[in-house]
Amino acid sequence: MIDWSHTALTIGIILGGALMLAGLLIWVERRLLGIWQERYGPNRVGPGGCLQSLADMIKIFTKEDWIPPFADKAVFVITPAIVVITALMSFAVVPIAPSFVIADLNMGAMFFLAMSSLAAYSVIIGGWASNSKFAFLGSLRAIAQLLSYEVFMGLSLMGAVLLAGSFNLSDIVEAQRHQWFVIPQFLGFLGFFMAGLAEAHRTPFDMPEAEAELVAGYHSEYSGMKFGMFFVGEYLSVILLSAMTVILFFGGWHGPWLPPVMWFVLKMAFFIVLIILIRATWPRFRFDQLLSFGWKVVMPLALMNLLATGGVVLWKQG
Amino acid sequence: MNPRSSALREASIGEQTELVAEIASHFSSEEYLTAVQSTKDGIPTIWIEKHRLRETLRFVKSKIPRPFPMLFDLSATDERLRRHHEGLPISAFTVFYHLFSFDRNQSLRIKVPLSGEDLSLPSIVDLWPNADWYERETYDMFGIQFDGHPFLRRLLMPSWWNGHPLRKDHPSRGTEMGQFQLPPEKLVMTQEALQFKPEDWGLSRTHQDPDFDYMFINLGPAHTGTHGVLRLVAQLAGEEIVNIVPDIGFHHRSQEKIAERQTWHTFIPYTDRVDYLQGVLNEMPYCLAVERLADIEVPQRAQVIRVMMSEFYRLASHLVWYGTFAQDIGALSPVFYMFNDRERILAIAEAICGGRMHPNWLRIGGVARDLPIGWDQLVQQFVDWFPNRLDEYERLVMDNPIFKARTVGIGGLSLEDAIAWGATGPMLRACGLPWDLRKTRPYSGYDQFDFDVPVATNGDCYGRGVVHVLEMRQSLRIIRQCLDSMPSGHYKSLNPLATPPMKEHTMHDIETLIHHFVGVSWGPVLPPGEAEVPTESSKGQTSYYLTSDGSQVSYRTRIRTPSFAHIQMVPFIVRGELLSDLLAVLGSVDYVLSDVDR
Repeated sequence: MIDWSHTALTIGIILGGALMLAGLLIWVERRLLGIWQERYGPNRVGPGGCLQSLADMIKIFTKEDWIPPFADKAVFVITPAIVVITALMSFAVVPIAPSFVIADLNMGAMFFLAMSSLAAYSVIIGGWASNSKFAFLGSLRAIAQLLSYEVFMGLSLMGAVLLAGSFNLSDIVEAQRHQWFVIPQFLGFLGFFMAGLAEAHRTPFDMPEAEAELVAGYHSEYSGMKFGMFFVGEYLSVILLSAMTVILFFGGWHGPWLPPVMWFVLKMAFFIVLIILIRATWPRFRFDQLLSFGWKVVMPLALMNLLATGGVVLWKQG
Repeated sequence: MNPRSSALREASIGEQTELVAEIASHFSSEEYLTAVQSTKDGIPTIWIEKHRLRETLRFVKSKIPRPFPMLFDLSATDERLRRHHEGLPISAFTVFYHLFSFDRNQSLRIKVPLSGEDLSLPSIVDLWPNADWYERETYDMFGIQFDGHPFLRRLLMPSWWNGHPLRKDHPSRGTEMGQFQLPPEKLVMTQEALQFKPEDWGLSRTHQDPDFDYMFINLGPAHTGTHGVLRLVAQLAGEEIVNIVPDIGFHHRSQEKIAERQTWHTFIPYTDRVDYLQGVLNEMPYCLAVERLADIEVPQRAQVIRVMMSEFYRLASHLVWYGTFAQDIGALSPVFYMFNDRERILAIAEAICGGRMHPNWLRIGGVARDLPIGWDQLVQQFVDWFPNRLDEYERLVMDNPIFKARTVGIGGLSLEDAIAWGATGPMLRACGLPWDLRKTRPYSGYDQFDFDVPVATNGDCYGRGVVHVLEMRQSLRIIRQCLDSMPSGHYKSLNPLATPPMKEHTMHDIETLIHHFVGVSWGPVLPPGEAEVPTESSKGQTSYYLTSDGSQVSYRTRIRTPSFAHIQMVPFIVRGELLSDLLAVLGSVDYVLSDVDR
């Protein structure tokens, strides 16, 4: 009985927190970009503009819910839901502090990879269902991109799994009590972070929605709350990417003086801001450049990294 | 007239007769040239019959020693209402070909008279690929047929348009055309004209493999990547561009027609709108041509003020190019920084000219007003502050590895192709030819300034970027020199045709008062003649070819703009590249749609 209420409470806090944070992040990103770009950004609604997302939400909910007549209706409608659901499902395995996790799965890392692959479906079928050329090209790019980053994402993550000797994310964090995995697994961290950026369609890998040539890519035809869902989904995956980076490579909740939750949130915030900073600074790759970079550079590096890590682990075991 | 410019002019007259003699002697027939026209601009102008057109052009393009490899401009004049023919062949329409030789640093104008029912000429698309659009434009505007043109359709006007706008009998205002009506059948017809059929665009739908299907994608006229109302229809195989067809004319206002009803003086503000990013740089070629027609010598101070404002507008225009180029590659921030800087430039322009994007600052014979008190502090602050920003942009944009990966080697262009397609300005200099009219044919006193002409070697997108960026530093250098040595004196010529004449003189002497009255109430009357002064504007060479028949309005104004030539090249550059590269190419080719369509 006690266990149930505890789980329900955790679910409430994590889901609510993630969604709130995603909403807040829309404002944070716009404001940060504004400040870095010598302009104000949204600063009217609430103190410093922090209620901007709320205002946007009201606007977006009252908009006409338009489905293009040429679209595949059923698929068109469920796609935005897939984005948000898969992103939220992944949060189930994210350990924020010791025993502060919804489902402490033994295969936590695998579950995360599975969910992130599922999320790619939304882009593919969203672009397909829109039945528009821009959306179609966007989703084609997404498929090509998926083929390249999914592989080395898993490979770069395996180094951390090997060192911890477990797929359980809490165990991985626990294994970093004395040394963060970013030190032995620096290559792994780079590969994972890059794949994560591609997964979240963030600069410099935002080709599926390259606004310069493809208008908005796979979600060109979406409007109103369905468009809003894509947006929330994108920010959820930014949060998830930051959280997973912290868990796998930066010691999760470990840190002196402050309570574990605080450490986790601080580290995560650092990576979120870093991702926004990358967006403010860098241009975009061409999708074939990502493909060749992924297959020819990152993938062999990730494999070698895995090989070396495995060797070291075996050697230590004697 | 200062001794230097008169010496230059005499030298050019010598060269002029020499070239005409060279051409005439080649064909060794007395009547080969119908006439040799003398123009105010010193450009050798010969008249030939249309059956001799192609052999003459072929001769001057490749066989003549030091040939003319570039077709700079091609258009026509409706001569039917012209009053002063001055012994020239009588024709209803005259088609003119403006060629340019880099070896000689000389232009050549070849005119062909057309009259009667048969308004047709042999096409020269096989000689110069860029004749394609020029001939289509001439067909569109004058109804002149070009035999052998592969795709002679309207270019600027909609396909269903009645009449040819630049003919003298075509109304110039909507109010002259009767009440506008849109009956249902016209609505249906115009809507159907918008339907996309690849065949109508000269694109083939079929492929040797029956299972293979091209994708036709429509970009624009309202697309994020086209910087204005440009429409591109791309034929894709996957993401690879098989062919691309630009559709222009959405920004067409027929400035050339407007010039035929505005007085010489009141057309100046219209020139601002030809390329709305470069303000004074548009007014420069127009005013220089008018001054050449009226034989007005511009005072030193006015010349330096003109140069200074031109360079400010060059900076402003290049900044917009810089930011949007970076944005097309996907960098979000640079465009904001650069628009902020441009804002500072426009603030200075506002303090000096009164206007911002449309400064309306040059006048026939000088500039509108003297510089305001404190202008030097404004300019000083800017030149002290700006170089650091340029350094920062170089680190942010040009040195960025992703930016380089997207632009180096993309959209490459050889020098021969660039010349054959009529590329000028940074497009040409990116291919390695240091050709800048400010250096090679100095106007408005540019020969007195110390500056370099930056070039790049590859002719790719990155090279075009490098040229633009280095040019900004040179502009800054010129502005500094203007600031340090601004001459004193009049800001407008004392010539009675300078419009409006200096106010202080009108109050003291009746002669100037009369000129002022006539100039303001009616407009200055320019002597008959023709003049054209190409100048180096921000995007390439801009020129206004003015024909006066001795009245207060221009008889014919031909506006040659660089963007028109550059947009015409885009399909040639991007064939075989990826769709993402199209954006890199469009970003690197500096163009403004108002400059394309005019």
